[in-house]
Amino acid sequence: MHVYRHTWPVRLGHWLNLLCLFVLIMSGLQIFNAHPALYWGDRSDRDRPFLSMRAVITESGERRGITTVWGHPFDTTGVLGYSSGMRRGFPSWATLPGPQWLAMGRRWHLFFAWIFVVNGLLFWLYALFSRHFWKDLVPKWNDLRHIGRDLWRHLTFHHPTGEEARHYNVMQKMAYTGIVFGIGPLIVLTGLSMSPAFDAAFPWLPDLFGGRQSARTVHFLACFAFVGFAVVHLVMVATTGLVNNLRSMVTGWFVIEQGGGTDDAQVFQDPNG
Amino acid sequence: MTRRFSKTPTVDRRRFLTRALQATGFLLLAGCDSLSRSDWFPQLLGKTENASEKVQRLLSPRQAMAKEFTPDDLSPVFPANGTSNPESEAYQALAKNGFADWKLEIGGLVHDPASFSLDELRAFPSRTQITRHDCVEGWSAIAKWKGARLSALLERVRPLPSARYVVFHCADPDEDGQPYYESIDFEDAHHPQTILAYEINDTALPIQHGAPIRLRVERQLGYKQAKYLMQIELVESVESIAGGRGGYWEDRGYEWYAGI
Repeated sequence: MHVYRHTWPVRLGHWLNLLCLFVLIMSGLQIFNAHPALYWGDRSDRDRPFLSMRAVITESGERRGITTVWGHPFDTTGVLGYSSGMRRGFPSWATLPGPQWLAMGRRWHLFFAWIFVVNGLLFWLYALFSRHFWKDLVPKWNDLRHIGRDLWRHLTFHHPTGEEARHYNVMQKMAYTGIVFGIGPLIVLTGLSMSPAFDAAFPWLPDLFGGRQSARTVHFLACFAFVGFAVVHLVMVATTGLVNNLRSMVTGWFVIEQGGGTDDAQVFQDPNG
Repeated sequence: MTRRFSKTPTVDRRRFLTRALQATGFLLLAGCDSLSRSDWFPQLLGKTENASEKVQRLLSPRQAMAKEFTPDDLSPVFPANGTSNPESEAYQALAKNGFADWKLEIGGLVHDPASFSLDELRAFPSRTQITRHDCVEGWSAIAKWKGARLSALLERVRPLPSARYVVFHCADPDEDGQPYYESIDFEDAHHPQTILAYEINDTALPIQHGAPIRLRVERQLGYKQAKYLMQIELVESVESIAGGRGGYWEDRGYEWYAGI
């Protein structure tokens, strides 16, 4: 059975998001590399970072990359702190541009941040006005009752078929609403908190996160929430029918397998149905 | 129940996918890096600087004040970034006798060009503020600054109607001899927190922080806070100065509007 699963605004927004996240994450790591340390509070006390990436020279004259989290050092040579013969936070394959170039990283970041925000706001409006939000995304009481079962199904890679596959399951609903209405606005607001001009106009904003440096740290953590989401998302997309999933996000049409049988009898549904 | 993709990928398929991903990644990154080195693409990216500036200025009242902190919030150490001791002979000679011979020249598009000694600057209406310094690199530090209000100086020299920018010429050239300079518009120049600071944390500004005078323009990033001020020039356009983008770092690709 074919169902029209994703409307065109959702599909367009989805692929724009992929582009934006790709650029924003990598240019963000480029910007982070200009001062590869994070702090809590309003200021950066160099002797008390929450996280830092440094290159050190050992007694034998060897260079090592050391990442320190809450005072616990880890040897991350080759990836964090020191890679490809250079002292740098994240390695060049993870940053945009590849070489250390803060001014260019900021250009990419602040340009795609605008597209990301406008795209996100348009999706919010669309989801609220088209009822996509209430109908498909918000977990209902009935979903939440089966959260244990769905979690177990995810962990064992048993995914719903037939009628059940027509709707997002509770894990999907929580992941999508969490990203779109939680982590998304969080990363935008913490980003804006780092702007001295914005802080002058809205001084409560950085205070909300405990200060500008806390906001920078939360921005970084939210970035890795996106990375984590993307990894799980890709695994799920690949293991629940890669071609079917990709096609539905490109053309809108999604094939649902009937429980127990093949889907030779294709029932086309009204796209608006 | 038939499930098309439930089989675990074979090693070959996995290797193929990994290589394909690596190749795609490499092409994407190489593409992005060559875009970064083109002329047109960074310019396109830079367009949003105007959007950010316009939207922020729309949202932010003209006289919105940067947050001021308490003495408890002061950074134990305020890092000295950029030049920490200008090498030029002229500057070193001024520093040798405690800047007694130093004078700040104010000229350009003004009715009454003037120059002021450090003592004369101290006689101007002053302001003391504990503010957060936000470096473009990402770190922040909090210090207490005291200095002459730039608006009071401008009132004294009486700008001509054609003047639109205030340019700050500094004493620290880089290794290639390019001098540091910065510029701000009149709105920021008249902001109450915009001062020519001669004190940090209740002591005379030391050389590493820009002695004898450093600009504080609190709603912008650290590179706008020019150190080692020698001369202030009022101009209609910054295009004819150095790289023409209104500042040392601006000429090197950073935004003139350093509000974000």
